[in-house]
Amino acid sequence: MKPLTSIHSRFVPLPIENVDTDQIIPARFLKATTREGFGKNLFRDWRYVDNDENQPKADFVLNQQQYTGEILVAGKNFGCGSSREHAAWALQDHGFKAVVSSFFADIFRNNALNNGVLPVKVSDAFLAQLFALGNEATLTIDVDAQTITIDATGAQEVFDINKYKKTCLLNGYDDIDYLISNKAQIEAFEAQLQS
Amino acid sequence: MAKTLFDKIWDKHVVQQIEDGPSVLYIDKHFIHEVTSPQAFAGIEKRGLTVFRPQQVVATADHNVPTLNQHLPIKDELSRIQVQQLIENCKKHHIELYGLGHPFQGIVHVIGPELGITQPGMTIVCGDSHTSTHGAFGSIAFGIGTSEVEMVFASQCLLQTKPRLMRITIDGELQPGVVSKDIILYIIAQITASGATGYFVEYAGSAIRALSMEARMTICNMSIEMGARGGMIAPDQTTFDYIKGRQFAPGAAQWDKKLAEWKELYSDADAVFDKEIHINAADIQPMITYGTNPGLGIAINGKIPVTDKIADEGERNNITKALAYMGLESGKALLGMPVQHVFIGSCTNSRIEDLRQVASLVKGRKKNPNVQVMIVPGSQQVARQVQAEGLDKVFREAGFEIRQAGCSACLGMNEDKIPAGEYCISTSNRNFEGRQGAGARTLLASPLTAAAAAITGVVTDVRELPAVS
Repeated sequence: MKPLTSIHSRFVPLPIENVDTDQIIPARFLKATTREGFGKNLFRDWRYVDNDENQPKADFVLNQQQYTGEILVAGKNFGCGSSREHAAWALQDHGFKAVVSSFFADIFRNNALNNGVLPVKVSDAFLAQLFALGNEATLTIDVDAQTITIDATGAQEVFDINKYKKTCLLNGYDDIDYLISNKAQIEAFEAQLQS
Repeated sequence: MAKTLFDKIWDKHVVQQIEDGPSVLYIDKHFIHEVTSPQAFAGIEKRGLTVFRPQQVVATADHNVPTLNQHLPIKDELSRIQVQQLIENCKKHHIELYGLGHPFQGIVHVIGPELGITQPGMTIVCGDSHTSTHGAFGSIAFGIGTSEVEMVFASQCLLQTKPRLMRITIDGELQPGVVSKDIILYIIAQITASGATGYFVEYAGSAIRALSMEARMTICNMSIEMGARGGMIAPDQTTFDYIKGRQFAPGAAQWDKKLAEWKELYSDADAVFDKEIHINAADIQPMITYGTNPGLGIAINGKIPVTDKIADEGERNNITKALAYMGLESGKALLGMPVQHVFIGSCTNSRIEDLRQVASLVKGRKKNPNVQVMIVPGSQQVARQVQAEGLDKVFREAGFEIRQAGCSACLGMNEDKIPAGEYCISTSNRNFEGRQGAGARTLLASPLTAAAAAITGVVTDVRELPAVS
């Protein structure tokens, strides 16, 4: 995993609540056996008419050129439903490094973190401020300080992330490295379980 | 100190507690399937690792498999490659696979319990959010992503933060025509699709104790639909009777020892939960959903909310958007509305008891000619039992189509899809946009309510279906 320390970028607003992972990546695209290439199918059925890449839906934000950036800002309960990690892969492959929402579904949050995509949980009021900003606005997310800032106004919120996960993100470590470094302890635990 | 059921199991499985971080949690059983495992196998191989405890992993092919002609090669190339890769990965890593053609094959959350692999007190994971199903046996069972599948392959452990605990107590007696699917749809409608996010839920109360294991599994299965990572029910005599004698259940030599351990698995009388909800079973009606998340449900004889009267703007926008997708009108009733499809299957409602309920209702009746009815048994074992009990004859005489085991039209990964714009009453777990096929419109309901609609061709209150003449 690549280290993630800060993000400074414009953002893509998606003011819809309960965005489920079936919308982020529909099931018919889960037949791949590698992690790559899911970005082109991100929000597939919201993005194209009749699944046709030549017919982008003009009213969907990913098809509006004025909205761009490495940050997706979405309504509450983002990532609910299926555990498919393909949702995190699709967001990452599209170029998103962070998703901002007032509420994340648990499995999605873990999947995102395990792929270096930062879920940033903000208050409802801060989220409303973000949605009210124009398309030129930029945000700065500082992983170490755990802050998200609207650059133009200086408005800022602190977000939660546990110390362990923060260290992983800042250094690009992943959980598997940690777990296999503890194998002796795991084996001792197994022996005690069986005794 | 008084402990909850969850605490008792969790505490026993913590290998290490990281300071200001997650716990290293030991996993007893790991179920895998073809869709969320290939990248995890590739991941450990890239690191030069092998599967650490292959004998604690059980595999099946379910999400992607056809439900017709399973003896023939899979026609869809990508599906065939994915299923083939599971076969090769399991062989290479010495993992037991109940693949297509195997007598134990079926939906992962149906076969685990029916084979007796799922047992009280275990920690169980699978790369599938409906892993919560196994909590019906008093285990900690939850869905994980593919990176986490890789972690369990590599170490038989996961890094997990302990969730908050919620208890939902349902006391009293259910009305006739009301079954466990209605209980869980009622709960989700009450607390919303995100109402239990961050929590693990224990279901308790006299109405839960009175349920069979199949019915308990339906409830725990849909815990994720209100955001809960998992759901669980303390094991009791019903649980022990279900497990005893199954293929991988403890044998006679260990049974008494296991039983004694399992009998300790309950929340102590003064255990404290972060949140408690009480529900009167008699308040629950047969339920149906009208929207595009499982929390948008109403009593079968109720009306869709009037959107103009919803105070919260976000909620009003959600429901307006959902109704536009569903082609339904604010304030209207669903009773009497024509449906074109009925799907009876999925890890929520494809077990033998579900199919017995359907058969008892349709016996001696014919389906409405305007409805396509598909019954997909949850496993090969369920399919064999359907035949042994003669239920297949009842279904065929009614004009229902019986398929082979798999996830099928619950998520439309194979050919079993609902056409765009058409309505399907489905016993599955999700009514998301496009879930059963692009543009498909799903109404979630119980097997009884689905069967009633199959007979009449319209949304029907099963309690008002006339007796067979």
